[in-house]
Amino acid sequence: MSSYYLNYLDELESEAIYILREVWAQFQNPVILFSGGKDSITVTHLARKAFYPARIPFPLLHVDTGHNFPETMVFRDDLVNELGVKLIVASVQQSIDTGRVVEEKGKNASRNALQTVTLLDAIEANKIDCAIGGGRRDEEKARAKERFFSHRDDFGQWDPKNQRPELWNLLNGKYFQGEHFRAFPISNWTEMDVWNYIKKEDIAIPSLYFAHEREVLWRNDAWIPKSEFLKIDDNEQVLLKKIRFRTLGDITITGGIESDADTLSKIVEEVAAMRLTERGNRADDKRSETAMEDRKKEGYF
Amino acid sequence: MTEEVIENVLNNQLLRFTTAGSVDDGKSTLIGRLLYDSKSIFEDQLASIENSSKKKGHDHIDLAMFTDGLREEREQGITIDVAYRYFTTPKRKFIIADTPGHIQYTRNMVTGASTANAAIILVDARHGVSEQTRRHSFIASLLQISHVIVCINKMDLVDYSEEVYTKIITAYEELSSKLVVKDIQFIPISALKGDNVVSRSDNMPWYQGRPLLNTLEVLHISSDINKIDARFPVQTVIRPQREGFLDYRGYAGRIASGILRKGDEVTVLPSGFTSRIKSIDTMTGEIPQAYAPMSVTITIEDDIDISRGDMIVRTHNLPEVKQEFDVMLCWLNSKSSVPRAKYTIMHANNEQKAIIKEVVYKIDINTMGRNSGDTVFKMNDIGRVTLRTTKPLMLDTYRQNRVTGSIILVDEGTNETVAAGMVV
Repeated sequence: MSSYYLNYLDELESEAIYILREVWAQFQNPVILFSGGKDSITVTHLARKAFYPARIPFPLLHVDTGHNFPETMVFRDDLVNELGVKLIVASVQQSIDTGRVVEEKGKNASRNALQTVTLLDAIEANKIDCAIGGGRRDEEKARAKERFFSHRDDFGQWDPKNQRPELWNLLNGKYFQGEHFRAFPISNWTEMDVWNYIKKEDIAIPSLYFAHEREVLWRNDAWIPKSEFLKIDDNEQVLLKKIRFRTLGDITITGGIESDADTLSKIVEEVAAMRLTERGNRADDKRSETAMEDRKKEGYF
Repeated sequence: MTEEVIENVLNNQLLRFTTAGSVDDGKSTLIGRLLYDSKSIFEDQLASIENSSKKKGHDHIDLAMFTDGLREEREQGITIDVAYRYFTTPKRKFIIADTPGHIQYTRNMVTGASTANAAIILVDARHGVSEQTRRHSFIASLLQISHVIVCINKMDLVDYSEEVYTKIITAYEELSSKLVVKDIQFIPISALKGDNVVSRSDNMPWYQGRPLLNTLEVLHISSDINKIDARFPVQTVIRPQREGFLDYRGYAGRIASGILRKGDEVTVLPSGFTSRIKSIDTMTGEIPQAYAPMSVTITIEDDIDISRGDMIVRTHNLPEVKQEFDVMLCWLNSKSSVPRAKYTIMHANNEQKAIIKEVVYKIDINTMGRNSGDTVFKMNDIGRVTLRTTKPLMLDTYRQNRVTGSIILVDEGTNETVAAGMVV
């Protein structure tokens, strides 16, 4: 036993558990935003630890764009069964069908931005007052300014210039009718921390994160998986490659990297040597220099 | 990295530090330099910064741009809020709370300093100790940051002169004699050129100390945590409605300070009932002891009514239970304080109502003098007040305990966090 001092990963875990318990204590109807990606899986695992031996007291909310990796959906349903938690699915397809949003057109069309409306509708319909996300401050420059408890006005909007100061570990989750909060328990984690933690805790993740053979095409500096939703140009060539994904978003915009990393140990080694940010393979962040900030102000994750 | 190196890294500690500075003292450049030279910048980030630097007409990479986050900041070239940065070396993981240093941003500096183990204070070698240096040092002292590292920056612009450096140290030591800081170190650097930031500078052979990064890597922070006074604020009660755990009643929380062991005699405050710790539980099993800042769940021998906001402590070492107490208050909101108005006070997972009963004095942050005539707190004001709460709080002084000695005030009309206080 070293001198009663936690290593950094244990300290980050303890901080995240503290935040999850504050959410439970301060809000009436919180949910975990679950995408099937490694960050929301990590948050879900932390929630298990925070409330053990009780079950996770929050439902999982999945904003379903319809453009999913089939593997993610199977993984989601298995996890929900295992945990015995409630699953709420908010469907972007339904938002399109009811005319709440209009789908983008063209080759690079994505349902990414549409999710905001579906998410805010689901928050209102389910009377959710706090949505817990797996956002991390190291992901993107606008996220570097995010709070643990992040206020959203009654239009669901984020005002980055007028955020509540957060001092010590005192979190203020007070809100008026119609407003809500987003909570980010793993704000202080980096991509490397998440992988190290997944390995240390042996957390199950979708097979997509491990190297596997897949039909892909090269677009916007990344290997985009072939799928029923992808419009392929004549000059684009579909190839069979051994790839894995560093992040998981919609199947239409998530680029893979060529890799042989088929175990958690190999992934951790690969990420440690990585010279590009994980969101470098995400087409949604490449639209402009402040793409993330602009989406977040509207109410994005 | 090999697997073995990665395993070693996992045992590293986390160091949180804050940097305060204004537009032209090179703070953003320093952080950019730390991230860049420690290879924490990814290629796509670098490409994006190179691109923007060219657009602005620079012929070199503008390191400061690594830390500008929001659209307005990038357009105006200023930092308007606290931003957090991360980097790792083989020895430690670091979290930087990057805060702007203008007088109007005192509140952001206080926020960044509240969780920091160390503060970096930048002094421009050409100008020496300034009003701003004074203000930053005062805040570091007020927030009881254990380690202050004064970086004398822009040494390249004073010909790397040892004499300039020594004079600034003398001036700073005079200033710091009025402050309470355990550990002050000085380093001559040039953030722009990279001298003594990550690697030792050849331009200042007269400086025998460590460069900044190595200084941060070896700071002794283990003793900064209070290991004496066992304090366990209860966050929530765990009552699993499931087979096998129907009688389970656990108290979940994060240990604020000290060490708790199975079998310890404890007192529950404010009720004053005593009992013993029956178990300390985590999902991976029972543990014999827990210490700050671990998040655990505790069960106790006797059936006592305990709820959120209560505090479990060791019977022979109690905090003060008070309804009226003094704090050093820092006002954080554009709406000024209202004498005798009611605020929500938040303290150690507890929440009550409070009024500012009396303003003892306000502090002129530039001269550090006391002013007792003025009774209204405006944004960025700091001073000593007497608070009165509707129910008692379990308090330690901030000097002894950062967690049980700190409070925030929330305005009931806006729900905003309007003030931060440190128990005197």
